[in-house]
Amino acid sequence: MKTLTTKLFATVGLGTALLLGGCEMPPPESTQWGYRGTGMEGLYNPDTLNELDANNIVPEALPAVPAVGPKSKDVYQNVQVLGDLSVGEFTRLMAAITEWVSPEEGCNYCHVAGEGFAADTLYTKKVARVMIQMTQNANENWSQHVGGAGVTCYTCHRGKNVPEYVWNINPGHTVAGGMKNQMQNVSSVAAGLSSLPVDPFTPYLLDARNGRHAGTTALRDEGGVSLKESEWGYSLMMHFSDALGVNCTYCHNSRAFFSWEESSPQRVTAWHGIRMVREMNNDYVDPTTDWLPPHRLGKLGDAQKVNCETCHQGAYKPLLGANMIKDYPNLARLAQPEPEAPAEEASEMPEASDMADMATGGDQ
Amino acid sequence: MIEYQNIFTTVQVAAPDYAGVPVENTHDDRTGVLTHSYLMGKLGDAQIGPIYLGPLGVAALFTGTIAFLIIGLNMFASVNWDPIEFVRQLFWLALEPPGPQYGLSFPPLNDGGWWLIAGAFLTLSIMLWWWRTFALANNYGMGNQMAWAFAAAIWLYLVLGFIRPVLMGSWSEAVPFGIFPHLDWTAAFSLRYGNLFYNPFHMWSIFFLYGSAVLFAMHGATILATSRYGADREIDQITDRGTAAERGALFWRWTMGFNASMESIHKWAWWFGVLTCVTGGIGILLTGTVVENWYLWGMKHGLVPTYPMIGEAVVDPLLTEGAQ
Repeated sequence: MKTLTTKLFATVGLGTALLLGGCEMPPPESTQWGYRGTGMEGLYNPDTLNELDANNIVPEALPAVPAVGPKSKDVYQNVQVLGDLSVGEFTRLMAAITEWVSPEEGCNYCHVAGEGFAADTLYTKKVARVMIQMTQNANENWSQHVGGAGVTCYTCHRGKNVPEYVWNINPGHTVAGGMKNQMQNVSSVAAGLSSLPVDPFTPYLLDARNGRHAGTTALRDEGGVSLKESEWGYSLMMHFSDALGVNCTYCHNSRAFFSWEESSPQRVTAWHGIRMVREMNNDYVDPTTDWLPPHRLGKLGDAQKVNCETCHQGAYKPLLGANMIKDYPNLARLAQPEPEAPAEEASEMPEASDMADMATGGDQ
Repeated sequence: MIEYQNIFTTVQVAAPDYAGVPVENTHDDRTGVLTHSYLMGKLGDAQIGPIYLGPLGVAALFTGTIAFLIIGLNMFASVNWDPIEFVRQLFWLALEPPGPQYGLSFPPLNDGGWWLIAGAFLTLSIMLWWWRTFALANNYGMGNQMAWAFAAAIWLYLVLGFIRPVLMGSWSEAVPFGIFPHLDWTAAFSLRYGNLFYNPFHMWSIFFLYGSAVLFAMHGATILATSRYGADREIDQITDRGTAAERGALFWRWTMGFNASMESIHKWAWWFGVLTCVTGGIGILLTGTVVENWYLWGMKHGLVPTYPMIGEAVVDPLLTEGAQ
């Protein structure tokens, strides 16, 4: 009898452990942001919240310097984007970028020692220039998404050469010869390990595919979107949820996901975010593809691109909403085009011969 | 005296081998091993076999196997014949219906064609099996309640995979064959057509589904609780009501003022089960073909309650920002 009881307890104990092994210890912390009864609330595990805090510590800003004195373009050669900064501001920003992006490699991550700072020898320097413009553009033209907090290099890089969360066009898993890859129905990392489409990024964050699939009329609409479209939009939403560490009801009232009237203001912010990221990928990331080294390209030869997780990294706001731009106002707006060169040329990479000319003058 | 009861039987229904009454109107006899199992006797009758398959059963199993193999081999091919991936991803894999570009035409085999063929064989198999339940009941001189109940489930299956896609003019509206994929399809279906919870026939279907569970538990509990007075002879007690039926009836009448009879409870159970599928099928059939968005339909008909919004009013940015 005693053995039986022991065995029974052991079995029940083991069974309970197996059943509850994947669960989180209650109680969760909850935040309500909609009318009672609508389920518009967020649930957070206190343990993971501590982890989230630890992952989102903002580095201390470098001491500010006055914006007076000679401009960097007058002192240095080949300063295409940050030429209007004072030399002090320019040097401070370079130091900050080093700390944000290449704390281990230092200046040599972008500049070749002994060659002078002006040379565009390394692709990393050319990428940095494009990324500075991308950051400035986000801060100046996408305030509806980045708000007052703004973004800096650190928002995504966090001390890494390449941000931890980037994506490439997904060629899909290998299927047998003669099979057509449905691009879904395997465990989808992008869509929270569901069987939804594996690459929701290419259609929505690179191409401008219409994400609105729900019916807009009460009765039949002959022009309605195919049901299959919903699975793609649904997949992108899984990514949103994962990337921000929130559930559906952060933006939507689950009784009418499509309805803007029922949604929270965060959904509008996200709407602008989709368009911001699409612009980043098309206007800034994609043009670098031609001159990036092969090891920075994906399986289909495309550059590593931006999605929600690139900045958010599991937080509802990147770095939990810390204001990043107040300490680095030079990143807050697009640099004015050089008076002697039209804007589009200023952002283009100089020809090799030009680079050689510029490089001779650089001694910094 | 406290009595511990669990799902296992207290009485082993064990008897000498019994092959059953002769089958009329068929040329075949029952086949298969006749054996007895103590463990099966803990769950039901201890005798296993023989079975009667007959031509209909064989044909149903054959076509069903073809469908099963087409689905399985397509899944296997979708992971490049990798057995480890096949096992790892089994719950994620699917045979997907054709894309919307094909409408109701026959698509290439590798882009939905196999889905159509698998669906045709599966449907054939199910129909043959239905015919078998009908024919067998006739042979044994039984009523046809079983066949009609099965038909209700087939109705829901046909609406999902055949009738509604045809009315919508596209096979792409149908359900994929796959464990998780068909669940994702279900969620996407509700998102696409504006929340199925506002579909009155969905409501009915849920009512009958949950009601079935409650009725099943109530009936099982009533009979077990009164079996010591002979409630296990519940069919006898339809016409020859004994103390078991009286006690069970009184319990419910005193609890809720009304009670089923030994006959009616089985009719309730049958109709609840059948209506779950019938109403569910109607709800699916109307979705997209008649109603585009159940939430908006519900708004139109005063079905949707309004809640005060908290914070600023949210407006579709497409209306305020212009198309982007």
